[in-house]
Amino acid sequence: MEQVIANGLYLGAQYALIALGLTLIFALMNVLNFAHGQMYVLGGFVVYEVYGLMKLPFVVALIAAAATLAVLGAVLERFLFRTVIRRSEREESTMLLAAGVAYFLDAAILLIFGEKQRGVRKIVNGVFMWDNLILPWDRILVAGLAIAFIVAFILMMQYTKPGRAMRAMAQDRTAAQLMGVPVAFYGLVGFALGAMLAGLVGGLLVTITGVNSGIGGPISIKAFMMVMIGGAGVVGGAIAGGFILGMLESVGLTVLHSYGDVTYLVIFIAMMIFLAIRPNGLMGKPWG
Amino acid sequence: MTNSRRAGSVAAVAVFLAAVFVAIPLAIAATGRTDLYYTLSSVALLAIASGGVWLTFYIGRINIGQGAWALVGGYASAVLVTTYGWSFWLSLPVAGLFCALMSMLVGLPILRLRGVYFSMVTLVLTEVARLTALALPITNGARGITSIPTPGAIRLFGVTLVPGFETFANRNAPFYFLSAAMMTLCFAGLWRLVHSRLGRLFAAMRQNEELASSMGVNVPLLRVVAYAISSFLGGIGGAIFVAIAQSIYPSSFTINDSVNFMLNCFLGGLGFVFGPMLGTLVLYFGWDLLFQTGQYQLLIYSGVMILLMLVLPNGLLSLRWPSRGRP
Repeated sequence: MEQVIANGLYLGAQYALIALGLTLIFALMNVLNFAHGQMYVLGGFVVYEVYGLMKLPFVVALIAAAATLAVLGAVLERFLFRTVIRRSEREESTMLLAAGVAYFLDAAILLIFGEKQRGVRKIVNGVFMWDNLILPWDRILVAGLAIAFIVAFILMMQYTKPGRAMRAMAQDRTAAQLMGVPVAFYGLVGFALGAMLAGLVGGLLVTITGVNSGIGGPISIKAFMMVMIGGAGVVGGAIAGGFILGMLESVGLTVLHSYGDVTYLVIFIAMMIFLAIRPNGLMGKPWG
Repeated sequence: MTNSRRAGSVAAVAVFLAAVFVAIPLAIAATGRTDLYYTLSSVALLAIASGGVWLTFYIGRINIGQGAWALVGGYASAVLVTTYGWSFWLSLPVAGLFCALMSMLVGLPILRLRGVYFSMVTLVLTEVARLTALALPITNGARGITSIPTPGAIRLFGVTLVPGFETFANRNAPFYFLSAAMMTLCFAGLWRLVHSRLGRLFAAMRQNEELASSMGVNVPLLRVVAYAISSFLGGIGGAIFVAIAQSIYPSSFTINDSVNFMLNCFLGGLGFVFGPMLGTLVLYFGWDLLFQTGQYQLLIYSGVMILLMLVLPNGLLSLRWPSRGRP
């Protein structure tokens, strides 16, 4: 059982970081970023190129992945989403644009990096054993890094000026603008930050599970689920949703093992029942 | 409706029917491109499913879950035909009704969600349908159901109304007529629905659910009704598709299909009943044309899509809706 909980926490830390990026973009821009999974994949491939092929230190690779995705996010916001939000009459249009971007990134990643499953060498060797708990050190390190990123993100949102500005924007865009917050700029920053978080997780996880160009869509779906469980647009909700999904997955895979591959089916159905009772998730605001 | 406008509509319908049932088959016979029968049947069936999505748009919800109902309908028909030996013609309406019934059960809770939440949950629903098909014993898991017999003859009092499809030299031709006829029926039904009292109630719900509710519109009931009709169309489309392909797998309708159904509606224009038909035709043939570009197909397709959104974010035929106001 300890093993199951440890696995759940490890998964949850990754998932929470993915969900944070998605929820940040949603909170600031009201955009449902369909391309989040693809951004994750891109981050994974950047680390594969820099750490796996060019043999540079892992930290450098991770920074490269974060920088690439931040630039990509900023460019997408500046040249696509901002324009469409301004011109479109219905905010759903951005969803369509995001779906287009997701397809585009899918195709581009496939063309650039090929369809093979890619992995890199371990960042640290060895296995941590305690009682009947067995965890490879690299998983512990990756989970630790993920938690460190989450804490850093929360501290930034709480105590820095850009963080305060973005929280104000998420609460009420117009009021924030009236108070002198440059909303256009912080929209750009938020989008870049959200994309960066997706890239960071991709970069972290490539060392353990590897990456291939087809997993973007499924990752996006998982991210949507976490955000729905926790409530869209709320930082605490994203973290809670991530850990809950990680835990459910870990427990489900153990408990439902004998019934075949039904874990996700059960999770989906449980989530629908949960949403019927709490349509806005654990801590979400009412929407629409 | 004035007389001249009525005459105009009748003429338009006559032209449409003549084109679909006379001109296209004649053109195909003349050019010998019988493969087009299959392509056009696919367009017709996808248009039926997209029509369902359009109806959910009409009540103000973005439905990215139509693939789920196409899959459910396809499996319902396939199981009835292969396991229980039903005739395809009987299994078709039953598959549609089964989808409608199931969607009522699912719709009751999820239709309480709005905006992005509803979209996300319907997207997840597509995945639920796929996983269910993988897990249930009756659907035969990942191996799917294959070698489904083609639809047989319909005989009434000894008179053959529709000959069995196996008697045709080219089986795709009768399927084309079946799909085109179903598409015509479904869109005629949709048009009638939108112009009925129910359609006005749906439009009222789209503009403001609270306001409609305060006027005495039974919003929770009506949105389930709309969703059931939408899923019925999805199930019908899926069931005929399976009959053409003679096989169904859990991956027959995936999230990509669900997204495409939504795109068809957007492209064709949301304010126009026949929009999904146009959107499906354009998207399907656009995708087919790009096939020649090989590995760049998806890149170009999505690039064009992004450009379209930049230039025409409100859709090709967008008849503007009164804005609901930002929440």
